[in-house]
Amino acid sequence: MLEIPVIRWGQPYESMEKDKIVHFETGEAVATVNNANAGLIKMDMRKQGKARDILRQFTVEQLCEMSAKAADLYQFETLPLGNGTQTPAEFCRTQSATTGLPEHMCAGNMKKNAYVLRNMRHTLEALTRGLPLEILTKGYGMESRGVMVSYQAQTNVLGMVLPSNSPGVHTLWMPVIPLQIGLVLKPGPQEPWTPYRMYEAFAQAGVPREVFCVYPGGPECGAAVLETCNRAMIFGGIPTVERYHGNPRVQAHGPGFSKILFGDDMVDDWEKYLDLMAESVFANSGRSCISCSGIWASRHTEEIAEALAKRLGPIAPLPMNDPKSPLAAFTVPGAAKAVNAQIEELVKAPGVTEVSAKYRNGDRHVAHERYDFLRPTVIHCTSTEPTIANTEYMFPFVSVVKCEQKDMISKIGGTLVASCLTKDEAWSRQLLDATNIDRLNIGEVKTIQLHWMQPHEGNIIDFLFRARAFQNSPPPSH
Amino acid sequence: MSDTALAAKQAKAKELLDEHTRQTVRWHFSDETGCPFWLEKKREFKFDPLKEVNCFEDLKKFPNFEDEWLRGGPIRRWVPKGLADKPVYVFETGGTTGIPKSRMVIEDHWIDYENFSDTLPDEHFPRGSNWLMLGPSGPRRLRLAVEHLAQYRGGICFCVDLDPRWVVKLLKKGDISGVKAYADHVIDQAVTILSAGHDIKCAFATPKLLEALALKLMDKGSSIEESGIKGIFAGGTEFTPQWYRFCREELLGPNVYITPTYGNTLMGLACGKPFDPADNFKITYYAPQPRAVIETVEFKDYNQVVPYGSTGRVKLYTMTKELFVPGFMERDEGERELPHDKYPWDGISGTRPFHEFAATTTVGVY
Repeated sequence: MLEIPVIRWGQPYESMEKDKIVHFETGEAVATVNNANAGLIKMDMRKQGKARDILRQFTVEQLCEMSAKAADLYQFETLPLGNGTQTPAEFCRTQSATTGLPEHMCAGNMKKNAYVLRNMRHTLEALTRGLPLEILTKGYGMESRGVMVSYQAQTNVLGMVLPSNSPGVHTLWMPVIPLQIGLVLKPGPQEPWTPYRMYEAFAQAGVPREVFCVYPGGPECGAAVLETCNRAMIFGGIPTVERYHGNPRVQAHGPGFSKILFGDDMVDDWEKYLDLMAESVFANSGRSCISCSGIWASRHTEEIAEALAKRLGPIAPLPMNDPKSPLAAFTVPGAAKAVNAQIEELVKAPGVTEVSAKYRNGDRHVAHERYDFLRPTVIHCTSTEPTIANTEYMFPFVSVVKCEQKDMISKIGGTLVASCLTKDEAWSRQLLDATNIDRLNIGEVKTIQLHWMQPHEGNIIDFLFRARAFQNSPPPSH
Repeated sequence: MSDTALAAKQAKAKELLDEHTRQTVRWHFSDETGCPFWLEKKREFKFDPLKEVNCFEDLKKFPNFEDEWLRGGPIRRWVPKGLADKPVYVFETGGTTGIPKSRMVIEDHWIDYENFSDTLPDEHFPRGSNWLMLGPSGPRRLRLAVEHLAQYRGGICFCVDLDPRWVVKLLKKGDISGVKAYADHVIDQAVTILSAGHDIKCAFATPKLLEALALKLMDKGSSIEESGIKGIFAGGTEFTPQWYRFCREELLGPNVYITPTYGNTLMGLACGKPFDPADNFKITYYAPQPRAVIETVEFKDYNQVVPYGSTGRVKLYTMTKELFVPGFMERDEGERELPHDKYPWDGISGTRPFHEFAATTTVGVY
């Protein structure tokens, strides 16, 4: 049996308490994972300053080169894992077995992670807006335009309290090591695979192991990471996001409520964008915060919903190892049943129709002994009023909502990605000014098509560093 | 110890338990000495406790004790007539919202902790030394019990103000920073006490608070050992084998002794089996028989103990002159353990929140 240790500043640690991670279909144990405890984390974090000192012995450029090397190791090589080893294919198979994500989607996420690692230099250049990167190391420096700038790290380490259900989120923490900040990872209970593999890849690429901690364990471990790291990210639902709202130390990532908005100038051509809409809803089994959960337009909404339902409604689960397997499984007992019951209740509201039911040949909820599936669901709303008009679930689900263009921005609420199909300059200006939209696409861009040179949900540079005044000579006289 | 010698000790302990059971039942169900609550309850039973309870096993004839009976007054209904002229304490448990459960106590907390005192090694808990009580204050048994323990051993107990109900309210609101601020407030009090020249050598602390205190002292360039503390007892389901090991290896160091305990307001205090490296930090508790008994029972049949080594729910019995609890289902589970030379009756290890309640229970708030 594969046994995975706690990692304490690069040192493996075997704990007294261990958890078994099981195959979601069979219940068979896949690995034993050692568990940290909160006190141990707090004890370790007393030494976090050392991580940054070690990383600053390298230049950012050198660390970017190591990242590129780590990308190849992560994507293509057999790497040690606990008391065993793991090939890339085993990685995808195991990740699928414990998270319920089809194997080809695991491979897709792997490719995406490797891409970000490989292109780290360009990513940092973009995220820092071309800042000479040694300024981050030194703390200050002169820009080519002759301006003194200073960036001060706000933390020695970044803590990550990671989820189990979305292996795609790991791209968020990849720039951290090249930015000379240590990494403290608390993996999701079902998804330790990416953190451990990435740790090993970085280490084999030359990054000292002493700058990493990996702490599998219960909720107390997540709380300890959040408490002791001056900057941390956590993933969860709306309550998690609300709990940490306004806390400058914690970036909480929750549902995205990402949407496609049709301008009146382009909505009559909606059929041209059917692929864009379907893929935005359906990619990665609708599990991402960037998956589209709402399509808003002032007209043709019935036809749009009908066409999407015809496309997505018949899609049914396939085995996880099928290269066309379209749907991820719900592995938490009762979760799919609860979501299904909630949808059934919400569609009873006036003006709400489920359009996909007639194309499905069966129930939305496909129950198995140890897991479940929810099949794609397309809802039509004649107004923005029903609750289901602005809801997000962890499967391909979309509400097509009728709404006047002039009301859209105020009614969509917080939206992580808005892909806006319009050439209307006045409306584009309003969209650009809308502070409730985080990532804005104006043009034919799927909500799931992220450009890695763009910041995601807050620029990580701004999160980890503070731009401040620095002078080492008197200013010119006034 | 040979199996035969242990078996003889077990048999003697069983004999003592049966005799204690008979005496306790006689006390609580006699019209002259029993409390109004049990005398009233007796009328509902289809058996006569005075005639039909002749050994510990006969306690299974009683229905399980419902702790809801302890909510609300009048508290006097729990005072045995035989003790009616004694001064009475009331200790509460729960109570963040609604009416807390109350236990009437006269001297049980003294007796329980005096018995517990006899299990503490003097070299780590020096007699005559002063104590720090780093746990809940207010209407809690623990605060007065630890203070009595200190006095019984010839010392003086220094306490902190800690309202666990406030902490539960903060946790339920999701006010993490509020919880942290309150914990800091409690630890500041402890640090102040330790720095004030009171020659404190012993402590009670909950695992969370001990951890916070140790880390705070380290931040100040000191340690639990440097503060003068030599012996600590701590308790609760958070005292896990991993935490035990972490304490011994990293938090406290080799010169500070720590021992686990398990208990509640109803039962008193179960002791941990003395530390043995061969146990690999496994923690086994033994109830203070015959005053209290712990059974590990089947999840589906609370009258059936599980085989040794198997998992079951914790069932508690209290049989003192002040309180009679003929089987109370605790909110914990664990594994049944074999008797030990020092405690020749069943023990329990691996105590943790009962899996059916675990998701909804707020544990270890202090």
